[in-house]
Amino acid sequence: MTTIQTAVGESKTMILNMGPQHPSTHGVLRVVLELDGETVVKARPEIGYLHTGIEKTGEALTYSQAITITDRLDYLAPLSNNLCYCLAVEKLLQIEPPPRAKYARILLTELTRIGSHLVWVGTHALDLGAMSVFLYCFREREELLKILEFVSGQRMMTSYFRIGGLALEPPPGWLERVDKFLRLFHSRLPEYETLLTDNRIWRARTQGVGVISAKDAVALGVTGPVLRSTGVAYDVRKMFPYAGYEEFDFEVPTSTDGDCYARYILRIAEMRESEKIIRQAMAKIPAEGPIKADAPGIVPPQREKMKTEMEALIYHFKIFTEGFAPPAGEVYQAIESPRGELGFFVASDGSPKPYRMKVRAPSFVNLQALPKLVEGRLLADVVACIGTIDIVLGEVDR
Amino acid sequence: MTETADVDPNPIVSRLRERKPRGVAEVISFRGETTIVVPREFLRDVAEYLAVEPDLDFKLLGDITGVDRFPVEPRFELNYHLVSLSQRTRLRLRVRVPGNDPMADSVTMIWPTANWHEREIFDLFGVRFEGHPDLTRILLPDDWEGYPLRKDFPTEGRR
Repeated sequence: MTTIQTAVGESKTMILNMGPQHPSTHGVLRVVLELDGETVVKARPEIGYLHTGIEKTGEALTYSQAITITDRLDYLAPLSNNLCYCLAVEKLLQIEPPPRAKYARILLTELTRIGSHLVWVGTHALDLGAMSVFLYCFREREELLKILEFVSGQRMMTSYFRIGGLALEPPPGWLERVDKFLRLFHSRLPEYETLLTDNRIWRARTQGVGVISAKDAVALGVTGPVLRSTGVAYDVRKMFPYAGYEEFDFEVPTSTDGDCYARYILRIAEMRESEKIIRQAMAKIPAEGPIKADAPGIVPPQREKMKTEMEALIYHFKIFTEGFAPPAGEVYQAIESPRGELGFFVASDGSPKPYRMKVRAPSFVNLQALPKLVEGRLLADVVACIGTIDIVLGEVDR
Repeated sequence: MTETADVDPNPIVSRLRERKPRGVAEVISFRGETTIVVPREFLRDVAEYLAVEPDLDFKLLGDITGVDRFPVEPRFELNYHLVSLSQRTRLRLRVRVPGNDPMADSVTMIWPTANWHEREIFDLFGVRFEGHPDLTRILLPDDWEGYPLRKDFPTEGRR
Protein backbone atom coordinates (compact mmCIF):
# COMPACT_ATOMS: atom_id res chain seq x y z
CA MET A 1 0.00 0.00 0.00
CA THR A 2 1.17 3.47 -0.78
CA THR A 3 -0.05 6.62 0.83
CA ILE A 4 -0.85 9.61 -1.35
CA GLN A 5 -1.80 13.12 -0.36
CA THR A 6 -5.08 14.36 -1.76
CA ALA A 7 -6.96 17.64 -1.36
CA VAL A 8 -9.04 16.23 1.50
CA GLY A 9 -6.25 14.43 3.31
CA GLU A 10 -4.38 11.18 3.16
CA SER A 11 -5.52 8.44 0.91
CA LYS A 12 -4.29 4.93 0.52
CA THR A 13 -4.01 3.24 -2.84
CA MET A 14 -4.09 -0.46 -3.44
CA ILE A 15 -2.45 -2.53 -6.15
CA LEU A 16 -4.83 -4.92 -7.84
CA ASN A 17 -3.63 -7.56 -10.24
CA MET A 18 -6.03 -8.33 -13.07
CA GLY A 19 -5.15 -11.33 -15.20
CA PRO A 20 -3.38 -13.10 -16.84
CA GLN A 21 -6.17 -15.53 -15.98
CA HIS A 22 -9.26 -13.39 -16.10
CA PRO A 23 -12.32 -13.99 -18.25
CA SER A 24 -12.56 -10.39 -19.41
CA THR A 25 -9.01 -9.89 -20.60
CA HIS A 26 -9.67 -11.91 -23.77
CA GLY A 27 -6.67 -14.15 -23.37
CA VAL A 28 -3.62 -13.82 -21.21
CA LEU A 29 -3.38 -10.09 -20.67
CA ARG A 30 -2.33 -8.91 -17.24
CA VAL A 31 -3.12 -5.41 -16.08
CA VAL A 32 -1.62 -4.08 -12.87
CA LEU A 33 -4.01 -1.51 -11.48
CA GLU A 34 -3.36 1.02 -8.77
CA LEU A 35 -6.69 1.84 -7.15
CA ASP A 36 -7.83 4.60 -4.88
CA GLY A 37 -11.09 3.18 -3.64
CA GLU A 38 -12.81 2.20 -6.85
CA THR A 39 -10.99 4.74 -8.99
CA VAL A 40 -8.10 3.66 -11.17
CA VAL A 41 -5.07 5.84 -10.46
CA LYS A 42 -2.65 4.02 -12.70
CA ALA A 43 -2.88 1.09 -15.06
CA ARG A 44 0.00 -0.85 -16.54
CA PRO A 45 -0.61 -3.60 -19.08
CA GLU A 46 1.87 -6.47 -18.79
CA ILE A 47 2.11 -8.57 -21.91
CA GLY A 48 4.22 -11.40 -23.27
CA TYR A 49 2.44 -14.40 -21.73
CA LEU A 50 1.66 -15.73 -25.19
CA HIS A 51 4.99 -14.88 -26.82
CA THR A 52 5.88 -17.74 -29.12
CA GLY A 53 8.58 -16.12 -31.23
CA ILE A 54 6.58 -16.11 -34.45
CA GLU A 55 8.90 -13.56 -36.07
CA LYS A 56 11.95 -15.69 -35.29
CA THR A 57 10.16 -18.81 -36.56
CA GLY A 58 9.42 -16.99 -39.80
CA GLU A 59 13.13 -16.57 -40.44
CA ALA A 60 13.56 -20.35 -40.46
CA LEU A 61 10.75 -21.09 -42.94
CA THR A 62 10.56 -20.53 -46.66
CA TYR A 63 8.32 -17.77 -47.97
CA SER A 64 5.47 -20.17 -48.71
CA GLN A 65 5.78 -22.07 -45.44
CA ALA A 66 5.64 -18.84 -43.45
CA ILE A 67 2.01 -18.31 -44.52
CA THR A 68 0.94 -20.98 -42.03
CA ILE A 69 2.30 -19.08 -39.04
CA THR A 70 0.57 -15.85 -40.03
CA ASP A 71 -2.80 -17.48 -39.27
CA ARG A 72 -1.77 -17.93 -35.67
CA LEU A 73 -1.29 -14.22 -35.07
CA ASP A 74 -4.81 -12.90 -35.21
CA TYR A 75 -6.80 -16.08 -34.94
CA LEU A 76 -10.12 -14.25 -35.26
CA ALA A 77 -9.24 -12.94 -38.72
CA PRO A 78 -6.67 -15.38 -40.11
CA LEU A 79 -7.36 -14.41 -43.71
CA SER A 80 -6.41 -10.78 -43.04
CA ASN A 81 -2.99 -11.97 -41.93
CA ASN A 82 -2.65 -14.29 -44.91
CA LEU A 83 -3.60 -11.46 -47.24
CA CYS A 84 -1.19 -8.96 -45.73
CA TYR A 85 1.75 -11.36 -45.79
CA CYS A 86 1.03 -12.52 -49.35
CA LEU A 87 0.72 -8.92 -50.56
CA ALA A 88 4.05 -8.05 -48.98
CA VAL A 89 5.86 -10.95 -50.65
CA GLU A 90 4.06 -10.27 -53.93
CA LYS A 91 5.27 -6.69 -53.76
CA LEU A 92 8.79 -7.98 -53.30
CA LEU A 93 8.41 -10.36 -56.24
CA GLN A 94 6.39 -7.90 -58.35
CA ILE A 95 3.68 -10.37 -59.20
CA GLU A 96 -0.08 -9.91 -59.11
CA PRO A 97 -2.84 -12.45 -58.64
CA PRO A 98 -5.33 -12.95 -61.51
CA PRO A 99 -8.75 -11.23 -61.20
CA ARG A 100 -10.57 -14.28 -59.92
CA ALA A 101 -8.15 -14.69 -57.03
CA LYS A 102 -8.11 -10.95 -56.40
CA TYR A 103 -11.87 -10.67 -55.86
CA ALA A 104 -12.09 -13.95 -53.98
CA ARG A 105 -9.48 -12.61 -51.58
CA ILE A 106 -11.41 -9.42 -50.93
CA LEU A 107 -14.65 -11.32 -50.52
CA LEU A 108 -13.22 -13.78 -48.01
CA THR A 109 -11.27 -11.13 -46.11
CA GLU A 110 -14.43 -9.09 -45.65
CA LEU A 111 -16.26 -12.22 -44.50
CA THR A 112 -13.64 -12.72 -41.80
CA ARG A 113 -14.01 -9.06 -40.85
CA ILE A 114 -17.70 -9.72 -40.21
CA GLY A 115 -16.77 -12.85 -38.27
CA SER A 116 -14.25 -10.98 -36.17
CA HIS A 117 -16.63 -8.15 -35.39
CA LEU A 118 -19.33 -10.68 -34.49
CA VAL A 119 -17.00 -12.25 -31.93
CA TRP A 120 -16.22 -8.79 -30.68
CA VAL A 121 -19.86 -7.73 -30.25
CA GLY A 122 -20.67 -11.03 -28.59
CA THR A 123 -17.78 -11.14 -26.13
CA HIS A 124 -17.92 -7.45 -25.35
CA ALA A 125 -21.62 -7.72 -24.55
CA LEU A 126 -20.85 -10.78 -22.42
CA ASP A 127 -18.21 -8.83 -20.51
CA LEU A 128 -20.77 -6.16 -19.73
CA GLY A 129 -23.45 -8.62 -18.73
CA ALA A 130 -25.57 -9.13 -21.85
CA MET A 131 -25.40 -12.89 -22.23
CA SER A 132 -27.84 -13.53 -25.06
CA VAL A 133 -26.07 -11.40 -27.68
CA PHE A 134 -23.07 -13.68 -27.38
CA LEU A 135 -25.12 -16.73 -28.31
CA TYR A 136 -26.68 -15.04 -31.33
CA CYS A 137 -23.36 -13.73 -32.62
CA PHE A 138 -21.69 -17.11 -32.33
CA ARG A 139 -24.61 -18.72 -34.14
CA GLU A 140 -23.94 -16.50 -37.17
CA ARG A 141 -20.21 -16.90 -36.90
CA GLU A 142 -20.65 -20.66 -37.02
CA GLU A 143 -22.29 -20.29 -40.45
CA LEU A 144 -19.38 -18.18 -41.51
CA LEU A 145 -16.81 -20.69 -40.34
CA LYS A 146 -18.69 -23.38 -42.25
CA ILE A 147 -18.29 -21.32 -45.42
CA LEU A 148 -14.56 -20.99 -44.75
CA GLU A 149 -14.34 -24.72 -44.17
CA PHE A 150 -16.26 -25.38 -47.39
CA VAL A 151 -13.91 -23.17 -49.38
CA SER A 152 -10.53 -23.85 -47.80
CA GLY A 153 -10.97 -27.09 -45.86
CA GLN A 154 -10.28 -25.42 -42.53
CA ARG A 155 -12.49 -23.53 -40.13
CA MET A 156 -9.94 -21.24 -38.56
CA MET A 157 -6.30 -21.66 -39.55
CA THR A 158 -7.20 -21.52 -43.21
CA SER A 159 -3.89 -20.52 -44.89
CA TYR A 160 -6.04 -20.22 -47.98
CA PHE A 161 -4.20 -17.38 -49.70
CA ARG A 162 -0.92 -18.23 -51.34
CA ILE A 163 1.77 -16.09 -52.86
CA GLY A 164 0.35 -15.28 -56.28
CA GLY A 165 -3.22 -16.39 -55.70
CA LEU A 166 -5.29 -18.95 -53.83
CA ALA A 167 -4.41 -22.38 -52.52
CA LEU A 168 -7.22 -24.30 -54.19
CA GLU A 169 -10.01 -23.84 -56.64
CA PRO A 170 -13.09 -22.65 -54.65
CA PRO A 171 -15.72 -25.42 -54.76
CA PRO A 172 -18.79 -25.01 -56.99
CA GLY A 173 -21.69 -23.41 -55.21
CA TRP A 174 -19.61 -21.41 -52.74
CA LEU A 175 -20.99 -18.08 -53.91
CA GLU A 176 -24.53 -19.32 -53.33
CA ARG A 177 -23.58 -20.17 -49.76
CA VAL A 178 -22.09 -16.72 -49.28
CA ASP A 179 -25.26 -15.21 -50.71
CA LYS A 180 -27.42 -17.28 -48.37
CA PHE A 181 -25.33 -16.21 -45.41
CA LEU A 182 -25.50 -12.54 -46.35
CA ARG A 183 -29.28 -12.61 -46.63
CA LEU A 184 -29.53 -14.25 -43.23
CA PHE A 185 -27.00 -11.86 -41.74
CA HIS A 186 -28.74 -8.83 -43.22
CA SER A 187 -31.96 -9.74 -41.47
CA ARG A 188 -30.26 -10.62 -38.18
CA LEU A 189 -27.95 -7.66 -37.67
CA PRO A 190 -30.92 -5.40 -36.73
CA GLU A 191 -31.87 -8.02 -34.15
CA TYR A 192 -28.59 -7.61 -32.29
CA GLU A 193 -29.05 -3.90 -32.45
CA THR A 194 -32.45 -4.12 -30.80
CA LEU A 195 -30.74 -5.89 -27.91
CA LEU A 196 -28.00 -3.32 -27.45
CA THR A 197 -28.17 -0.02 -29.33
CA ASP A 198 -30.99 1.54 -27.33
CA ASN A 199 -30.56 -0.62 -24.27
CA ARG A 200 -30.31 1.71 -21.27
CA ILE A 201 -27.94 -0.50 -19.31
CA TRP A 202 -25.69 -0.93 -22.36
CA ARG A 203 -25.63 2.82 -22.91
CA ALA A 204 -24.87 3.51 -19.27
CA ARG A 205 -21.96 1.11 -19.35
CA THR A 206 -20.45 2.42 -22.59
CA GLN A 207 -21.44 6.05 -23.24
CA GLY A 208 -18.79 8.47 -22.07
CA VAL A 209 -16.62 5.55 -20.94
CA GLY A 210 -13.03 5.20 -22.14
CA VAL A 211 -12.92 8.51 -23.97
CA ILE A 212 -9.79 9.33 -25.95
CA SER A 213 -9.09 12.43 -28.02
CA ALA A 214 -8.00 12.35 -31.65
CA LYS A 215 -4.66 13.96 -30.75
CA ASP A 216 -3.87 11.36 -28.09
CA ALA A 217 -4.98 8.52 -30.33
CA VAL A 218 -2.70 9.58 -33.19
CA ALA A 219 0.20 10.20 -30.80
CA LEU A 220 -0.21 6.69 -29.41
CA GLY A 221 -0.31 5.21 -32.91
CA VAL A 222 -3.84 3.88 -32.44
CA THR A 223 -5.56 2.72 -35.65
CA GLY A 224 -8.75 0.98 -36.66
CA PRO A 225 -12.19 1.56 -35.13
CA VAL A 226 -10.64 3.06 -31.98
CA LEU A 227 -8.99 5.82 -34.02
CA ARG A 228 -12.04 6.32 -36.20
CA SER A 229 -14.22 6.75 -33.10
CA THR A 230 -12.27 9.96 -32.45
CA GLY A 231 -13.12 11.44 -35.85
CA VAL A 232 -9.94 10.57 -37.78
CA ALA A 233 -11.06 8.81 -40.96
CA TYR A 234 -7.95 6.67 -41.38
CA ASP A 235 -8.79 3.42 -43.09
CA VAL A 236 -5.93 1.80 -44.99
CA ARG A 237 -8.40 0.48 -47.58
CA LYS A 238 -9.24 4.06 -48.54
CA MET A 239 -6.01 5.92 -47.80
CA PHE A 240 -3.50 3.45 -49.27
CA PRO A 241 -5.64 1.06 -51.34
CA TYR A 242 -4.29 -2.45 -51.80
CA ALA A 243 -5.43 -5.75 -53.34
CA GLY A 244 -8.01 -3.95 -55.53
CA TYR A 245 -10.00 -2.05 -52.89
CA GLU A 246 -9.83 1.10 -55.04
CA GLU A 247 -12.49 -0.47 -57.29
CA PHE A 248 -15.01 -0.82 -54.49
CA ASP A 249 -17.59 1.60 -53.27
CA PHE A 250 -17.91 1.76 -49.50
CA GLU A 251 -17.97 4.28 -46.67
CA VAL A 252 -15.60 4.67 -43.74
CA PRO A 253 -17.87 5.27 -40.75
CA THR A 254 -16.50 7.69 -38.17
CA SER A 255 -17.71 9.28 -34.98
CA THR A 256 -16.39 12.10 -32.83
CA ASP A 257 -17.46 10.82 -29.42
CA GLY A 258 -14.35 8.72 -28.87
CA ASP A 259 -16.08 6.51 -26.28
CA CYS A 260 -16.88 2.81 -26.02
CA TYR A 261 -20.40 3.31 -27.37
CA ALA A 262 -19.05 5.04 -30.50
CA ARG A 263 -16.72 2.09 -31.13
CA TYR A 264 -19.65 -0.29 -30.82
CA ILE A 265 -21.71 1.74 -33.30
CA LEU A 266 -18.74 1.90 -35.70
CA ARG A 267 -18.14 -1.83 -35.68
CA ILE A 268 -21.81 -2.49 -36.40
CA ALA A 269 -21.63 0.04 -39.27
CA GLU A 270 -18.44 -1.60 -40.54
CA MET A 271 -20.17 -4.94 -40.76
CA ARG A 272 -22.78 -3.33 -43.03
CA GLU A 273 -20.00 -1.85 -45.20
CA SER A 274 -18.31 -5.24 -45.41
CA GLU A 275 -21.60 -6.70 -46.55
CA LYS A 276 -21.70 -4.08 -49.32
CA ILE A 277 -18.14 -4.93 -50.37
CA ILE A 278 -18.90 -8.65 -50.46
CA ARG A 279 -21.97 -8.02 -52.64
CA GLN A 280 -19.82 -6.01 -55.06
CA ALA A 281 -17.09 -8.65 -55.07
CA MET A 282 -19.66 -11.33 -55.86
CA ALA A 283 -20.74 -9.32 -58.89
CA LYS A 284 -17.17 -8.71 -60.05
CA ILE A 285 -15.71 -12.17 -59.61
CA PRO A 286 -15.31 -13.98 -62.95
CA ALA A 287 -16.93 -17.41 -63.10
CA GLU A 288 -13.88 -18.95 -64.69
CA GLY A 289 -10.22 -18.27 -65.00
CA PRO A 290 -6.96 -19.01 -63.25
CA ILE A 291 -6.66 -18.65 -59.47
CA LYS A 292 -2.87 -18.41 -59.46
CA ALA A 293 -0.55 -15.90 -61.07
CA ASP A 294 1.46 -16.92 -64.08
CA ALA A 295 4.81 -16.88 -62.34
CA PRO A 296 6.85 -20.02 -63.04
CA GLY A 297 9.26 -20.86 -60.28
CA ILE A 298 7.11 -19.13 -57.66
CA VAL A 299 3.62 -20.51 -58.11
CA PRO A 300 3.47 -24.33 -58.20
CA PRO A 301 2.65 -25.64 -61.70
CA GLN A 302 -0.60 -27.40 -62.51
CA ARG A 303 -0.65 -31.12 -62.02
CA GLU A 304 -1.52 -31.73 -65.68
CA LYS A 305 1.47 -29.75 -66.90
CA MET A 306 3.85 -31.70 -64.71
CA LYS A 307 2.97 -34.87 -66.59
CA THR A 308 3.88 -33.43 -69.97
CA GLU A 309 6.42 -30.66 -69.42
CA MET A 310 9.89 -31.14 -68.03
CA GLU A 311 10.16 -27.51 -66.84
CA ALA A 312 6.98 -27.77 -64.83
CA LEU A 313 8.34 -30.84 -63.05
CA ILE A 314 11.62 -29.10 -62.29
CA TYR A 315 9.83 -26.01 -60.96
CA HIS A 316 7.60 -28.17 -58.82
CA PHE A 317 10.60 -29.94 -57.34
CA LYS A 318 12.50 -26.73 -56.72
CA ILE A 319 9.56 -24.87 -55.16
CA PHE A 320 8.92 -27.65 -52.67
CA THR A 321 12.52 -28.45 -51.82
CA GLU A 322 14.25 -25.10 -51.61
CA GLY A 323 11.54 -22.51 -52.31
CA PHE A 324 12.05 -19.39 -54.35
CA ALA A 325 14.35 -16.46 -53.72
CA PRO A 326 12.97 -12.92 -54.14
CA PRO A 327 15.45 -10.11 -54.91
CA ALA A 328 17.17 -8.50 -51.92
CA GLY A 329 15.34 -5.54 -50.45
CA GLU A 330 12.73 -4.55 -47.89
CA VAL A 331 9.04 -3.89 -48.27
CA TYR A 332 6.31 -2.85 -45.88
CA GLN A 333 2.72 -3.69 -46.69
CA ALA A 334 -0.19 -2.47 -44.60
CA ILE A 335 -3.81 -3.57 -44.70
CA GLU A 336 -6.88 -2.69 -42.68
CA SER A 337 -7.48 -5.68 -40.43
CA PRO A 338 -10.61 -5.72 -38.24
CA ARG A 339 -8.45 -4.21 -35.49
CA GLY A 340 -6.57 -1.53 -37.40
CA GLU A 341 -3.47 -1.19 -39.50
CA LEU A 342 -1.86 -4.59 -39.84
CA GLY A 343 1.54 -4.41 -41.47
CA PHE A 344 4.17 -6.87 -42.59
CA PHE A 345 7.75 -5.73 -43.01
CA VAL A 346 9.58 -8.34 -45.03
CA ALA A 347 13.31 -8.06 -45.60
CA SER A 348 14.88 -10.32 -48.17
CA ASP A 349 18.59 -11.00 -48.54
CA GLY A 350 18.10 -12.91 -51.79
CA SER A 351 17.73 -16.30 -50.13
CA PRO A 352 14.57 -18.49 -50.09
CA LYS A 353 13.77 -17.59 -46.48
CA PRO A 354 12.71 -14.19 -45.18
CA TYR A 355 15.71 -12.49 -43.56
CA ARG A 356 13.33 -10.67 -41.25
CA MET A 357 9.58 -10.84 -40.97
CA LYS A 358 8.13 -8.20 -38.71
CA VAL A 359 4.46 -7.94 -37.87
CA ARG A 360 3.07 -4.53 -37.11
CA ALA A 361 0.24 -5.83 -34.97
CA PRO A 362 -2.64 -3.39 -34.47
CA SER A 363 -3.60 -4.97 -31.14
CA PHE A 364 -0.10 -4.47 -29.75
CA VAL A 365 -0.10 -0.78 -30.58
CA ASN A 366 -3.72 -0.13 -29.61
CA LEU A 367 -3.27 -1.80 -26.23
CA GLN A 368 -0.74 0.87 -25.37
CA ALA A 369 -3.66 3.33 -25.18
CA LEU A 370 -5.35 1.37 -22.39
CA PRO A 371 -3.92 3.46 -19.49
CA LYS A 372 -5.16 6.58 -21.27
CA LEU A 373 -8.67 5.13 -21.46
CA VAL A 374 -8.99 3.88 -17.89
CA GLU A 375 -6.97 6.17 -15.65
CA GLY A 376 -9.28 8.29 -13.50
CA ARG A 377 -12.26 6.05 -14.15
CA LEU A 378 -13.93 3.30 -12.15
CA LEU A 379 -12.62 -0.23 -11.91
CA ALA A 380 -15.72 -1.63 -13.60
CA ASP A 381 -14.95 0.47 -16.68
CA VAL A 382 -11.61 -1.28 -17.15
CA VAL A 383 -13.43 -4.34 -18.47
CA ALA A 384 -15.41 -2.20 -20.91
CA CYS A 385 -12.22 -0.47 -22.10
CA ILE A 386 -10.20 -3.66 -22.62
CA GLY A 387 -13.09 -5.11 -24.59
CA THR A 388 -13.58 -2.06 -26.72
CA ILE A 389 -9.95 -1.94 -27.92
CA ASP A 390 -10.58 -5.41 -29.33
CA ILE A 391 -7.26 -7.08 -28.70
CA VAL A 392 -6.19 -10.53 -29.80
CA LEU A 393 -3.35 -11.69 -27.60
CA GLY A 394 -1.88 -13.92 -30.26
CA GLU A 395 -1.12 -10.78 -32.17
CA VAL A 396 -0.05 -8.67 -29.19
CA ASP A 397 2.57 -11.15 -28.01
CA ARG A 398 3.40 -12.83 -31.32
CA MET B 1 18.55 -2.45 -52.78
CA THR B 2 19.74 0.72 -54.46
CA GLU B 3 17.76 1.05 -57.63
CA THR B 4 18.04 4.79 -57.83
CA ALA B 5 20.98 6.40 -56.10
CA ASP B 6 20.63 10.13 -56.60
CA VAL B 7 17.62 10.94 -58.71
CA ASP B 8 14.62 10.77 -56.49
CA PRO B 9 11.28 12.28 -57.41
CA ASN B 10 10.09 12.35 -53.81
CA PRO B 11 9.70 16.03 -52.83
CA ILE B 12 10.08 15.22 -49.14
CA VAL B 13 13.59 13.95 -49.80
CA SER B 14 14.70 17.05 -51.68
CA ARG B 15 13.20 19.25 -49.02
CA LEU B 16 14.91 17.34 -46.25
CA ARG B 17 18.20 17.52 -48.15
CA GLU B 18 17.80 21.27 -48.32
CA ARG B 19 16.74 21.89 -44.73
CA LYS B 20 18.64 19.14 -42.92
CA PRO B 21 21.58 18.44 -45.25
CA ARG B 22 23.51 16.44 -42.68
CA GLY B 23 20.43 14.43 -41.71
CA VAL B 24 20.25 12.55 -45.03
CA ALA B 25 23.04 10.04 -45.53
CA GLU B 26 21.46 7.97 -48.28
CA VAL B 27 18.12 7.60 -50.06
CA ILE B 28 16.86 4.20 -51.13
CA SER B 29 13.92 3.68 -53.47
CA PHE B 30 12.66 0.15 -53.73
CA ARG B 31 9.24 -1.04 -54.97
CA GLY B 32 7.83 2.46 -54.70
CA GLU B 33 8.86 2.90 -51.07
CA THR B 34 11.27 5.61 -50.04
CA THR B 35 13.77 5.01 -47.28
CA ILE B 36 15.89 7.82 -45.90
CA VAL B 37 18.99 6.66 -44.10
CA VAL B 38 19.63 9.07 -41.26
CA PRO B 39 22.94 9.24 -39.36
CA ARG B 40 22.38 8.09 -35.79
CA GLU B 41 23.13 11.45 -34.19
CA PHE B 42 20.58 13.30 -36.36
CA LEU B 43 17.63 10.96 -35.80
CA ARG B 44 15.79 13.10 -33.28
CA ASP B 45 16.41 16.27 -35.26
CA VAL B 46 15.06 14.82 -38.51
CA ALA B 47 12.17 13.06 -36.76
CA GLU B 48 11.07 16.23 -35.05
CA TYR B 49 11.24 18.18 -38.30
CA LEU B 50 9.08 15.62 -40.11
CA ALA B 51 6.52 15.46 -37.33
CA VAL B 52 6.20 19.16 -36.57
CA GLU B 53 6.35 20.76 -40.03
CA PRO B 54 2.66 21.39 -40.84
CA ASP B 55 2.78 20.52 -44.55
CA LEU B 56 4.64 17.26 -43.89
CA ASP B 57 2.67 16.27 -40.79
CA PHE B 58 4.16 12.84 -40.06
CA LYS B 59 2.18 12.67 -36.83
CA LEU B 60 1.59 8.93 -36.91
CA LEU B 61 4.48 6.59 -36.24
CA GLY B 62 3.22 3.26 -37.51
CA ASP B 63 6.00 1.00 -36.42
CA ILE B 64 9.66 0.59 -35.58
CA THR B 65 11.34 -2.53 -36.89
CA GLY B 66 14.76 -3.76 -35.93
CA VAL B 67 16.88 -5.81 -38.32
CA ASP B 68 20.13 -7.56 -37.42
CA ARG B 69 22.63 -7.62 -40.30
CA PHE B 70 25.19 -9.73 -38.42
CA PRO B 71 28.11 -10.04 -39.23
CA VAL B 72 27.98 -6.83 -41.30
CA GLU B 73 28.80 -3.64 -39.41
CA PRO B 74 27.03 -1.41 -38.50
CA ARG B 75 25.07 -4.36 -37.39
CA PHE B 76 21.58 -3.16 -36.46
CA GLU B 77 19.07 -1.33 -38.57
CA LEU B 78 16.11 0.51 -37.10
CA ASN B 79 13.30 1.22 -39.54
CA TYR B 80 10.78 3.90 -38.59
CA HIS B 81 7.57 3.68 -40.60
CA LEU B 82 5.92 7.09 -40.68
CA VAL B 83 2.46 7.98 -41.95
CA SER B 84 1.20 11.43 -42.81
CA LEU B 85 -2.58 11.38 -42.64
CA SER B 86 -3.09 14.82 -44.20
CA GLN B 87 -0.58 14.24 -47.04
CA ARG B 88 -1.66 10.61 -47.54
CA THR B 89 1.89 9.40 -47.75
CA ARG B 90 4.32 7.04 -46.08
CA LEU B 91 8.01 7.37 -45.40
CA ARG B 92 10.64 5.15 -43.84
CA LEU B 93 13.58 6.40 -41.83
CA ARG B 94 16.49 4.07 -41.27
CA VAL B 95 19.15 4.39 -38.63
CA ARG B 96 22.17 2.10 -38.55
CA VAL B 97 23.50 1.18 -35.14
CA PRO B 98 26.89 -0.48 -34.57
CA GLY B 99 27.10 -3.76 -32.66
CA ASN B 100 29.75 -2.59 -30.18
CA ASP B 101 27.61 0.35 -29.08
CA PRO B 102 23.95 -0.62 -29.60
CA MET B 103 22.38 2.68 -28.65
CA ALA B 104 20.03 5.13 -30.37
CA ASP B 105 18.07 8.18 -29.32
CA SER B 106 14.54 7.50 -28.16
CA VAL B 107 11.76 9.21 -30.12
CA THR B 108 9.14 8.76 -27.39
CA MET B 109 8.98 12.53 -26.79
CA ILE B 110 7.99 13.05 -30.45
CA TRP B 111 5.75 10.01 -30.85
CA PRO B 112 4.59 8.49 -27.52
CA THR B 113 3.69 5.29 -29.38
CA ALA B 114 7.41 4.59 -29.76
CA ASN B 115 7.46 3.56 -26.10
CA TRP B 116 6.42 -0.05 -26.63
CA HIS B 117 8.17 -0.39 -30.00
CA GLU B 118 11.46 0.65 -28.46
CA ARG B 119 10.93 -1.64 -25.49
CA GLU B 120 10.32 -4.50 -27.91
CA ILE B 121 13.53 -3.78 -29.82
CA PHE B 122 15.44 -3.52 -26.56
CA ASP B 123 13.90 -6.82 -25.49
CA LEU B 124 14.57 -8.77 -28.67
CA PHE B 125 17.67 -7.09 -30.14
CA GLY B 126 19.36 -5.51 -27.15
CA VAL B 127 19.48 -2.02 -28.64
CA ARG B 128 19.23 0.63 -25.93
CA PHE B 129 17.34 3.89 -26.34
CA GLU B 130 18.69 7.07 -24.80
CA GLY B 131 15.96 9.04 -23.06
CA HIS B 132 13.36 6.27 -22.95
CA PRO B 133 11.14 6.65 -19.85
CA ASP B 134 10.88 2.94 -19.00
CA LEU B 135 13.31 0.75 -20.88
CA THR B 136 12.42 -2.74 -19.62
CA ARG B 137 11.75 -6.06 -21.28
CA ILE B 138 8.23 -6.26 -22.67
CA LEU B 139 7.61 -9.69 -24.19
CA LEU B 140 10.20 -11.87 -22.47
CA PRO B 141 10.58 -12.45 -18.71
CA ASP B 142 12.78 -9.92 -16.91
CA ASP B 143 15.43 -12.54 -16.11
CA TRP B 144 15.81 -13.77 -19.70
CA GLU B 145 19.36 -13.93 -20.97
CA GLY B 146 20.20 -12.93 -24.51
CA TYR B 147 18.32 -11.26 -27.32
CA PRO B 148 16.39 -13.78 -29.43
CA LEU B 149 16.00 -11.85 -32.67
CA ARG B 150 19.76 -11.39 -33.03
CA LYS B 151 21.09 -13.57 -35.78
CA ASP B 152 23.72 -15.14 -33.51
CA PHE B 153 21.08 -16.31 -31.02
CA PRO B 154 20.96 -20.11 -31.41
CA THR B 155 17.61 -21.54 -32.47
CA GLU B 156 18.36 -25.05 -31.29
CA GLY B 157 20.48 -26.76 -28.68
CA ARG B 158 21.66 -25.21 -25.44
CA ARG B 159 22.32 -21.53 -25.26
